[in-house]
Amino acid sequence: MDMRFTEAEEAFRAEARAWLEANVPHGLPSGDTHEGFALHVEWEKKLFADRWSVVSWPEEYGGRGASLWEWLIFEEEYYRAGGPQRVTQNGIFLLAPTIFEFGTDEQKARFLPAMAAAEDLWCQGWSEPDAGSDLAGIKSRASRDDAAGGWVINGQKTWTTRGAFCNWVFGLFRTDPDAARHSGMTYLMVPLDAPGVTVRGVERLDGDEGFAEVFFDDVFIADDLVLGGVNNGWGVAMATASSERGLTLRSPGRFCAAADRLVELHRRLAATGEHPERVASLREAVAQAWMEAEAYRLATLADVSGMVEGVSQGARASLTKIYWSELDVNLNETALRLLGPTAELIEGSAGAIDGGAWMKAFEFSLSGPIYAGTNEIQRNVVAERVLGLPRK
Amino acid sequence: MRFAFTDDQLMFRDAMADLLANECPPEKVRWSWNDDNGRDPSLWAALAAMGVVGLTAPEASGGLGMNEIDLLPILTEAGRAALPAPLLETTAVVIPLLAESAPDALAATWLPSLSDGSAIATVSLEGQPFVSDAHIADLLVAERNGSLFAVPGANLRLTPQTSVDGARRLFTAEWDEADAELIASGEVAAAAVALAFNRGAVAAAAELIGMAERMIAMTVEYVVARQQFGVPIGSFQAVKHHLADAELKVSFARPMVWNAAYALASGEPDLDRSVSMAKCFASDAAEVVARKALQCHGAIGYTTEHDLHFWLKRSWALAASWGDAGWHRRRVAALLLD
Repeated sequence: MDMRFTEAEEAFRAEARAWLEANVPHGLPSGDTHEGFALHVEWEKKLFADRWSVVSWPEEYGGRGASLWEWLIFEEEYYRAGGPQRVTQNGIFLLAPTIFEFGTDEQKARFLPAMAAAEDLWCQGWSEPDAGSDLAGIKSRASRDDAAGGWVINGQKTWTTRGAFCNWVFGLFRTDPDAARHSGMTYLMVPLDAPGVTVRGVERLDGDEGFAEVFFDDVFIADDLVLGGVNNGWGVAMATASSERGLTLRSPGRFCAAADRLVELHRRLAATGEHPERVASLREAVAQAWMEAEAYRLATLADVSGMVEGVSQGARASLTKIYWSELDVNLNETALRLLGPTAELIEGSAGAIDGGAWMKAFEFSLSGPIYAGTNEIQRNVVAERVLGLPRK
Repeated sequence: MRFAFTDDQLMFRDAMADLLANECPPEKVRWSWNDDNGRDPSLWAALAAMGVVGLTAPEASGGLGMNEIDLLPILTEAGRAALPAPLLETTAVVIPLLAESAPDALAATWLPSLSDGSAIATVSLEGQPFVSDAHIADLLVAERNGSLFAVPGANLRLTPQTSVDGARRLFTAEWDEADAELIASGEVAAAAVALAFNRGAVAAAAELIGMAERMIAMTVEYVVARQQFGVPIGSFQAVKHHLADAELKVSFARPMVWNAAYALASGEPDLDRSVSMAKCFASDAAEVVARKALQCHGAIGYTTEHDLHFWLKRSWALAASWGDAGWHRRRVAALLLD
């Protein structure tokens, strides 16, 4: 057991820290509005220009070939510096690992550099009106058009995060309606400006137009937009889903930075001397929330120690997903309890503390236990595939 | 960075698990409940012969000269077996304390016999109301008025206190300074006491992890076998979610305990915080797991005929020893917020 990073890793940290401190934008509006999204894309382009947008990718695609450890270090520094959540995350963290694993050389060359550069902006099309947790219940269809050499898509996707702002969607479509539930699906990549695509923004709980419904009406795509082979979609999608549930989407850095801000908030409120009973009564709650972020960081270090030696997380990724999503809710809830009656004031209100950021973050955190497979589904996965309880 | 155990550490753990599977099955724990003395010298001798008892003692004193990281998986196995023996007191706390802080002559008197298992030690720090295993202890290391003393077991006046865990043996101990030898006083004693407390807390946390893992394993076995409404009760989502919650708690307490052992072994500056995070999370995890395990066992778990209660009761006892979750959470709060 050795919890020190190497000199080279510490040098990487120093370089990242210096660049981030000089460049991270502060006070960006939410990336889940039209105006805000454009500003966030500018930030993503700046990250790319200095090769910080996809540090773990090979250099030929715009990355630095960073190790998993260096990726964790970068994430820690990114959020410590106050970097905003990545509006490119569905592409760089979910689609990209799938392209690296299943894509052709042509697909890698076509999509990865444009994704790293924030020129192509990707959203994911999993859920449908009748298929949420039960993803294998999707009905959207892609029918073969041999004459044209491609596929004709009809159907609807929903809860598509940032679908109203992106220009590409990836997702699962049924290509063999006669096959068994988990078969006969294909992983497709679809340009949202293709004829027949209609996108309707949907206002989320926090008031931003961060969701969208995407309608497909005889949308044609060519064969080269199939990822991982026809009728192989379930296996390909599961590879992406485990990225989302597991490590790659949620590095500890974001939660540790939020936990440090919570501690800072408590100290700040205690220093004012106002509402001493409330502030004092929440000392243990603040410590608990901070410790949960720390537990997540340490668990990640243990997981990555296994991964670099070839031990996959497997179904334990579901434990990870439950933990980060619930610690995020608890962190923000604790902050709201500290704020008391000012907690309800949101962005634009003169009396709001920290610009209403805690309520915003709380609302955002509430999506965590729902998306990427609800935590109820994850608990089933833990019980069945980690502990070995019978499915039926 | 490598936050994992070495192959050697894991092999030692496996050897400990094998030994306990043979020497300390649940029948041994039940025997301990029912026996007046409750301690089996042959079990202690077997642990000593394997090097476990003297694990933390310097090699010159007949020990293995290993550290808190090496000891951690061993203690987790002790918890998994609900071992009725003072491994925490002797090996995790007293031996390193004597090796580091006692005058040479005193250390030379005790370390070889503690390492080879021919003597047994226990510990009493101020703020701890009870001494465990004092009835078999040849040596009590005790804090009094800021000094540390070595008190021969023969010089103790003991009053038994009955724990909910019938395999524990607790006492209040009285002794006279005239019958004791000074280990250290002043700042040396204060530092030794602080370190001894941290070591005890991490050792208890390690045992709690093992106990929690054992309770989950027992419960999984039970809910897979137990049928109601024509199906295993483990197929019901309500039962699955209890067990998933239990696994979640242990999974995120475990790395906290590893981290605390690492902090002890490498003298990290934020040692107190690491230790308190570990004990807080391990105590909370064991208590949650105990509740879930009992609930999933139903009425059979609510009897003393079933073995589960050995682990329930030990986990309640250890969760409250060496600082309970609340005490450690308050210590973390003070370190973070003051």
